[in-house]
Amino acid sequence: MSQTFVTRGAMAAGALWLMASAAAAQSLDETINEVFASSTGWFVSFIFSSFPGTNFPWIVGWLVVAASVFTIYFGFIQFRVVKHSIQLVKGDYSDPDDAGEVSHFQALATALSGTVGLGNIAGVAVAVGIGGAGATFWMILAGLLGMASKFTECTLGVKYRNEYPNGTVSGGPMYYLTKGFAERGVPGGKILAILFSIFCILGALGGGNMFQANQAHQQLAGIFGDYPGWITGLIFAAIVFIVIIGGVKSIARVTEKVVPFMGIIYVGAALVIILMNIDQVGSAFGQIFAGAFTDTGIVGGVVGALIQGFRRAAFSNEAGVGSAAIAHSAVRTKEPITEGLVSLLEPFIDTVVICTMTALVIIITQQLIIDPETGLYVLDGAAIATVGGNSGVSLTSAAFASAFSWFPYVLALAVVLFAFSTMISWSYYGLKAWTYLFGEGDKQELTFKLIFCLFVVIGAAASLGPVIDFSDAAIFAMAIVNIIGLYVLMPVVKRELNSYMSRLESGEIRKFK
Amino acid sequence: MSNIFVAAYDGSEASNRAVHFAIERAKITGSSLIVAFVLEWSPYSFLTPEEIAERHVRRKEELQRAEDAIIAPLMEQLREEHANVPVSAMVKFGHPVETLINIITESGATQVFIGRTGHSSVVSRIFGSVTGSLAQVSPVPCTIVP
Repeated sequence: MSQTFVTRGAMAAGALWLMASAAAAQSLDETINEVFASSTGWFVSFIFSSFPGTNFPWIVGWLVVAASVFTIYFGFIQFRVVKHSIQLVKGDYSDPDDAGEVSHFQALATALSGTVGLGNIAGVAVAVGIGGAGATFWMILAGLLGMASKFTECTLGVKYRNEYPNGTVSGGPMYYLTKGFAERGVPGGKILAILFSIFCILGALGGGNMFQANQAHQQLAGIFGDYPGWITGLIFAAIVFIVIIGGVKSIARVTEKVVPFMGIIYVGAALVIILMNIDQVGSAFGQIFAGAFTDTGIVGGVVGALIQGFRRAAFSNEAGVGSAAIAHSAVRTKEPITEGLVSLLEPFIDTVVICTMTALVIIITQQLIIDPETGLYVLDGAAIATVGGNSGVSLTSAAFASAFSWFPYVLALAVVLFAFSTMISWSYYGLKAWTYLFGEGDKQELTFKLIFCLFVVIGAAASLGPVIDFSDAAIFAMAIVNIIGLYVLMPVVKRELNSYMSRLESGEIRKFK
Repeated sequence: MSNIFVAAYDGSEASNRAVHFAIERAKITGSSLIVAFVLEWSPYSFLTPEEIAERHVRRKEELQRAEDAIIAPLMEQLREEHANVPVSAMVKFGHPVETLINIITESGATQVFIGRTGHSSVVSRIFGSVTGSLAQVSPVPCTIVP
């Protein structure tokens, strides 16, 4: 009853705001943008500071090194177990008596709907738009390596989760950092867990919220004409409010059902465009390889392409970030390792398949302007000049529109839905971190959820630059802490893996189908 | 060795008729009866992160509710009316027809009984399709009770 009242009140307030003059509105957007950019600048420059004497951000190196270490430590796990992972998703090893519990498929689908989204559409456009075709190569490599990071963190997420007497579970890096470190006798777990929780809240508000609201607004503004961002923000905030505070699950459920469908349409359209231009696929891959290893005129040269590729891949598939460990930890399984094996499919689907499709469409439809004489990209500031001067989602949109003129409308709908489902997922991740810090309870939960809704408005109103920088910074900050934990706890995962694999070979773990 | 019969039950009037028809037959032939109750569940449906976290609890609650509100009263009634027929109940999650077939094969049942409403309401259509599918794929003789 009171919730309906609050919702109505919020909507009425929104309607009043809508009546404010357009001029005042624009300046409100500017004020939000200024305050936001100045208050987050120091955090962003810390995360993206370079190794002394280079222009290589240390955080990108941190992620690449970690993913490579896990890949080698687990003996190229991502290439060895894919067949078994698919069998697990299909339910071949699920005990029929456990029917009614969350299946591996459901856990994977939910985690994917949290990661597949704007990173695949807008993020890739940003990577290719700044780093050129070569960024795609590094993005794919990052996706493949990231599979090992995801495997490690999701196994730990299940192994060290908390189960409460009422049967609900809470898991994620904050739990394996505390419990896992204590078990191994390594000090500092508690501090790292607290740090992770703080960064996770920032990540939820940044990449999981503001970036989404921001890009959704850009799409809507592209269709309905330019209008102040906070209007989109208020509408989105109202819907998010209804779902996460009002408990109207039906909206979330509808989105969850529509999102995979939109994903299929998106990949389908990309495939059609690629097939229509099949003769250019070879040259597109040629550009991707050439750009990865030779200077194509972009800012920063080859290293610039690498940085963009890795940065956007990490933002898209979140491997090593720790968010997936929260999503996967609730699954009912006797073997934590099985959840890790399933989760490693995520970066593959997200980055190696979907992101690559986006990149190929942008490259094939020749959105990036190349100087015909030198063969180098034509620059427009720090980014590559594009046909029509597009960047972010609008670059992807223009690329698809060059084949199907109506596609921007489908894409706009997809972006809005993806943005929404990612927000719902991240509101949950943020909430788990929040309750870890402040304790479980209705009051604590409500506080976080209200803050979350507020940031939807800020995100929609601010301009892309500061938002994307803050979003990246917050999400990478999570990775700093999480990866330290993964290094300390990787022997635990190895033990689990070896034991599971030997029992699988001996037939002790049997197939039900 | 006595035969085992399976009767599909979902709390509806039609399924109630099927169960009673089945127990009469079981009595005459000296067979035992398994009342099968399937809670519809697909491992491929989509859940939100929050639903995933709560699923284990919800599942328990659903099982408990089915047990208390639907199965227990029926079993009491059946045991009262037919004291000499051995009756048991099975509550399972899954696809209705597939799960019924699993129950049939695992228990080694020789016959299955299922109700049919014959109405065109949405609910009975859904139940009707379960009846139709079971009739087509059942590994043992299937009696459809109108």
